[in-house]
Amino acid sequence: MPMRAIPLLVALLLLALLWIGLGLNPRELPSPLIGKPTPSFSLPLLQGEGQFTDSSLQGQVSVLNVWASWCSTCRSEHRHLKTLQAAGLAVYGLNYRDEPDEAQHYLRQLGNPYRMVGWDGDGRVGIEWGVYATPETFIIDRHGIVRFKHIGPINQQIVDERILPLVQQLEAES
Amino acid sequence: MLVELGHFALVLALVLILLQGSLPVIGALRGRDSWMAMAGPLVWLQFALLLLAWLVLEWAFVSHDFSVLYVAMHSSLDLPLQYRISAAWGGHEGSMLLWVLTLSAWSVAVARFGRHLPLPFFALSLGVMGWVSAGLLGFTLFTSNPFERLLPAPLDGSDLNPLLQDPGMIFHPPLLYMGYVGFAVTFAFAIAALIQGRLAPEWARWCRPWAVTSWAFLTLGIALGSWWAYYELGWGGWWFWDPVENASLMPWLTGTALIHSLSVSDKRGGFRIWTLMLAIITFALTILGAFLVRSGVITSVHAFATDPSRGSFILALLAITLIGSLALYAWRAPKVGLGPSFAPLSRESMLLVNNVLLVVACATVLLGTLYPLALDVLGMAKLSVGPPYFELVFTPIMLPLLLLMGIGPMLRWGKHEGAMLWRSVWWMALVAVVLGLLWPLSMGGWGWLRALTLVLAAWIILSVASDIISRLRRGLSLPAARLGMHLAHLGVGVFVAAVAMVMSFEIEQDLRMAPGQSVEVAGYQFHFNALRRVDGPNYIAQQGSFMVTHNGRTLTELLPEKRIYDQSEMPMTQAALHRGLMRDLYVSLGEPLSLDSDEWIVRIYYKPYMTWMWAGCLLMALGGLIAIADRRYRRRREALA
Repeated sequence: MPMRAIPLLVALLLLALLWIGLGLNPRELPSPLIGKPTPSFSLPLLQGEGQFTDSSLQGQVSVLNVWASWCSTCRSEHRHLKTLQAAGLAVYGLNYRDEPDEAQHYLRQLGNPYRMVGWDGDGRVGIEWGVYATPETFIIDRHGIVRFKHIGPINQQIVDERILPLVQQLEAES
Repeated sequence: MLVELGHFALVLALVLILLQGSLPVIGALRGRDSWMAMAGPLVWLQFALLLLAWLVLEWAFVSHDFSVLYVAMHSSLDLPLQYRISAAWGGHEGSMLLWVLTLSAWSVAVARFGRHLPLPFFALSLGVMGWVSAGLLGFTLFTSNPFERLLPAPLDGSDLNPLLQDPGMIFHPPLLYMGYVGFAVTFAFAIAALIQGRLAPEWARWCRPWAVTSWAFLTLGIALGSWWAYYELGWGGWWFWDPVENASLMPWLTGTALIHSLSVSDKRGGFRIWTLMLAIITFALTILGAFLVRSGVITSVHAFATDPSRGSFILALLAITLIGSLALYAWRAPKVGLGPSFAPLSRESMLLVNNVLLVVACATVLLGTLYPLALDVLGMAKLSVGPPYFELVFTPIMLPLLLLMGIGPMLRWGKHEGAMLWRSVWWMALVAVVLGLLWPLSMGGWGWLRALTLVLAAWIILSVASDIISRLRRGLSLPAARLGMHLAHLGVGVFVAAVAMVMSFEIEQDLRMAPGQSVEVAGYQFHFNALRRVDGPNYIAQQGSFMVTHNGRTLTELLPEKRIYDQSEMPMTQAALHRGLMRDLYVSLGEPLSLDSDEWIVRIYYKPYMTWMWAGCLLMALGGLIAIADRRYRRRREALA
């Protein structure tokens, strides 16, 4: 009897593991930045003179989108960034490992939803932000604290269910 | 209206299935023949209702009924007819219904071909299959109803996932489910035997055709999925050790162990309790697979849309399956003898090692698949386990298995003389070693692991050929079961040779190319002629034209595409292949390098022996299907009819 009950015990352990696992979300890759101030950085603007710095992101709730002209998924999410801009959000761009000419051409062609775009040609600032695949989208509150990170393209559902409610909530916070 | 009829048919089918799971079982326990005899008719009725529901769902797809949520999510006005039909199983809800329908079809097959079984065992088995059906249909109805309405109906649907708009995807799920649910039959036979508390001497023979058929379908289903991934994902890989692939590989491994252990139980009456256990584990692994794929507990490239209530439901099913059957096993496993004893060198001992190796292989896959989850549960880390782990642990388990595969079928039951074995294999071993060592040189390369693998592949192929030839020469008959086994083993040999070749000698080049440029890969010239725009029914594509020449002779024009589907805006890579007996040439378009120039990232792959890989899988499945045609299984039926 005890020998024959061993498979049952193993199965119970396995079930317990799966049961706890069900409560976790494997897609949620925790960003160490969440709840922390943005990394400090200073980048030349992609268009025009001046600098895009971490202080540009303070004073209002802002969205930071990491993109590049060579990234075809960025192209597919572009219209949702325009939706965010049209909704009155402060959308900023981090142009990641890109050629300035091609990036400018991309914005001329698809339209520019960004208030400011910093040019991160060598990807150093991207590393500070923990970027590992474009596109990525961050939401930063008015005190410059990172509150949300999404890896991969945003779509209407993410805009409606995650981004807009969070922005509203953050704007309601003093 | 029709849609409500489909929904109603599902509800009614569930009621009948609940009756199927109770009346015959009570009848068997109380010894009432009339109750037991109801199993057959109930099975036919529930099958008819499920088939009706399925046809209604197909009709909703064909007629563009976007008031059905599932149709609106997985179809569109522009979707071609063949993909509208296959879209019915292209999403979670419909694929569950297909699963339930397939299970029902298998129940009908048991009702039809199992009439020679003793009535109580027959009734109990169909009763257990009713429990399984009830669980899966309940899951479908309560958490994943494909007939849910969407009102007001949208004007157009959001289209089938472009990756699934492919002929390979039309057949992959049905074949896979044929395999999965087939193991529900052996499970039901095992549980019926446990409930009765005794294993009939013929139990293993009853199980064998069912187990082998399921195994053959599962083999085909997995191979077709791999074949699809190979050209459709555009990476040229054929196996990624993705959790969803592992979910189908695990029952395949234990299922392979099961069909081998069944042969010992059938022929010698040995390993019987172990065989029973394997039947339970194999079925439980198919449910575990459903859980991994459909609960969202593990990230995977092709996990279905997830919903926590679904995860809890399947986990409950898995828990009932495992706890119920293993508790029953602990409590009731009949005391049967170990069967006749056997010597260390005998067919039994080889099959024992076969079983141990296959089960260990399955355990390593399970470990690699669940390890990230376990660490996450313990809060230790978020990580994923990739191909390096699996290749490292899987290879050393498989190599001895291949060695034994060449010897096992030659050995006698009980005891085999070592000297006699040596006389019949020494020349084979010699030829295999020479062939295997020279084989890689034909590709202009060398390596110990690949040479060893090829020696083993040659060894298996030779042993199959020598047994067939010597039997024919001695005028012995070659029963279908033995021929089937040989074909399946030959398939393994061919498959293994292909794996060794493609892993060692494939050439993968990622290049920047613009129209007008040429490149040479593995002795083939690829000339990028032109890039043009092609409009498909529901997509727009950039199509590259590549002329392939070899030694100055034009081989073919390859037309890889980069498609953007209208509805999902999802970019899709459609690779172009030139398949040959000894190699595939594979071209796929990556990304355009920039908007102004017409330079693209182009992937050009040279893949040796890929045709052998698919041929190997086909041989395995074909071997299984031939084996079940053996007279031994039929004579039994005729004798008892």
